Amino acid sequence: MNNKNPILEIKNLKASINNIEILKDLNLRINQGEIHAIMGPNGSGKSTFSKVVAGHPAYQILKGDIFFKGKNILNLEPEQRSHLGIFLAFQYPIEIPGVSNEDFLRLAYNSKLKSQNINEIDPIEFLALINEKLKIIDMSATFLSRNVNEGFSGGEKKRNEILQMTLLDPELAILDETDSGLDIDALKIISKGINSYMNQNKAIILITHYKRLLDYVKPDYIHVMQDGKIIKTGNAELATELEQKGYEWLK
Amino acid sequence: MTNQSNKSLNSNITKLVNQPYKYGFSTKIEKDIIEKGLNEDIVRLISKKKNEPEFLLEFRLKAYKKWKQMTCPKWAQLKLSEINYQDIIYYSAPVIAKKLNSLDEVDPELLKTFEKLGISLSEQKRLTNVAVDAVFDSVSIATTFKKELAEYGVIFCSISEAVKEYPELIKKYLGTVVPIGDNYFSALNSAVFTDGSFCYIPKGVKCPLELSTYFRINEQKSGQFERTLIIADDNSQVIYLEGCTAPQYKDNQLHAAVVELIALDNANIKYSTVQNWYSGDSEGQGGVYNFVTKRGLCMGNNSKISWIQVETGSAITWKYPSCTLIGTNSQGEFYSVALTNNYQQADTGSKMIHLGKNTRSRIVSKGISAGNSKTSYRGLVQINSKALGARNYSQCDSLLIGNCSNSNTFPFISVQNSTTKLEHEASTSKIGEEQIFYFLQRGISLEKAIELMISGFCRDVFTELPLEFAEEADRLLSLKLEGSVG
Repeated sequence: MNNKNPILEIKNLKASINNIEILKDLNLRINQGEIHAIMGPNGSGKSTFSKVVAGHPAYQILKGDIFFKGKNILNLEPEQRSHLGIFLAFQYPIEIPGVSNEDFLRLAYNSKLKSQNINEIDPIEFLALINEKLKIIDMSATFLSRNVNEGFSGGEKKRNEILQMTLLDPELAILDETDSGLDIDALKIISKGINSYMNQNKAIILITHYKRLLDYVKPDYIHVMQDGKIIKTGNAELATELEQKGYEWLK
Repeated sequence: MTNQSNKSLNSNITKLVNQPYKYGFSTKIEKDIIEKGLNEDIVRLISKKKNEPEFLLEFRLKAYKKWKQMTCPKWAQLKLSEINYQDIIYYSAPVIAKKLNSLDEVDPELLKTFEKLGISLSEQKRLTNVAVDAVFDSVSIATTFKKELAEYGVIFCSISEAVKEYPELIKKYLGTVVPIGDNYFSALNSAVFTDGSFCYIPKGVKCPLELSTYFRINEQKSGQFERTLIIADDNSQVIYLEGCTAPQYKDNQLHAAVVELIALDNANIKYSTVQNWYSGDSEGQGGVYNFVTKRGLCMGNNSKISWIQVETGSAITWKYPSCTLIGTNSQGEFYSVALTNNYQQADTGSKMIHLGKNTRSRIVSKGISAGNSKTSYRGLVQINSKALGARNYSQCDSLLIGNCSNSNTFPFISVQNSTTKLEHEASTSKIGEEQIFYFLQRGISLEKAIELMISGFCRDVFTELPLEFAEEADRLLSLKLEGSVG
């Protein structure tokens, strides 16, 4: 595993919010072409981990380092991390009143192009591009004219996250409970979107409570997080074991 | 949200919103200033300086007497330091040696001042589709396109000139929409107003140009008390724009204007304001007190008056552009965006008084508060017993930026007949840390994120603004919000 190129390396990371330490000595290495799942009981620090990697300002880094493609990103702003290729699909995508999904998506896409010194594309070109992406997650074009996540059902919000992921095509996608609250058809559509996005140059972190997502998106590794640390790492079989025995078994 | 995240969010937004005021310069110019203070002699002196007819002096003196009996209203609960009316200069005018025949004779310093503000008065550079009346402190210094407008019978000049040239119109209409004793500040204005714009659109004329007044307060100790009177005769139409700026001073300056609009049968007046008076520094020191009475009278059947305002400046804004709907089928509209920051306070809204049959009104108010500022919507919809079939739609939306700003809505509704249809909608939303983080995570800068959310929020109002003003309003909002994010 060590001769592959690492995308994300986390070393001895400690992080807190409101002076409460959530991540306690977290270590993780994710290479190109790998899918990692992070499981663990509620409150174990999974969402905190995802926000810390994305650079949420509410969290303080007490110790340790985060390297993205060999570069220390701790001092980078969230949008710089995004431009480098880090994407976070939110557990609870927030509603943004007054801003159409189309404008939002185009602005996000053009911001990325701009950061790479590539000319921005105009709304007509963008429409052709986004319509292709919409097909992947099986959504109609009316989705574009609605305000970002406003009045979206739980499933639509999650699909919107996957749409953004396929549009921005990041190198690292962290999906925070993207499968929660989805019916089986939506789960299949989202899994299809995730699988079509994935290739040998990218990596995915799936944060999930359920094995069923992992039946559709096959992880290379499964980590169990508890109390801000990874307490066990295994292969895809570990999910089955966890489902049968629960987390108590690991203590 | 957490304290630490509050801090980081607030500091980012503060950086973004706290752009320096770009119109804070002052002009050095020879001025004719009277001593500060207010008494009957001062009122007489202003009238004398302006060479006014007797009826106007009487109007002023009556107003002064009324004002002396009144007290400054406290109901708005604004944080307002006591205004010392004896410490204000009531007349300040650039010295003009003789009567001006053309713009070439206007002091170049004055022309330069307006040029710097983006208002060009010279023949070559002025806007081709807007006639401008430029008011500097107490007097109007120039009005463009007067001749061209006269060909259509449109009168557009300073109110001082109108007093001399068209005394009958002034006598007939001045103070009819906003009576002398209407409120404390209208009484003060009626006593000491020095200039402003006058406009008359004759029967059947659609005014070929947009008319505009640009107000500039320059003198540190002077108040600006302008008076605007617009009369749209039967079947006429006019679009009117008003802009304002002032230099940066430590003391508060007082601006107490009165605007009166009169629409006769089938007439249509659209009055837009982009107000950008100096709003004080980040500690809340200085800035203009903007206490304005604006009211329109829909006298005629099928007449229509629309108020559109974008309020971004002033330490305190206190104004309620209103419509009194008398004519059958007459319509009143009020579209407003008020953006406050730091310690600014904006208390604004509208009054729609329905007296005639089938009268309609529409209120769309958008308040945006950032920093420690406060915006309030205060409105009255009153439907009288004879206003059968009256309709009103009101919408009041507030947007809070950060965690220390404040927004209030005080809608008053009084309905005296059962044939009325009335709708009221209100919403409050917040640009919070999580929304901003969502944008940032998608690679969109803080600046762009706020711009997008604000322009989405204001869309209903901006579409109502005339094109030139829509651009200016957009520029103004992004000016307040532009800057690098560290």
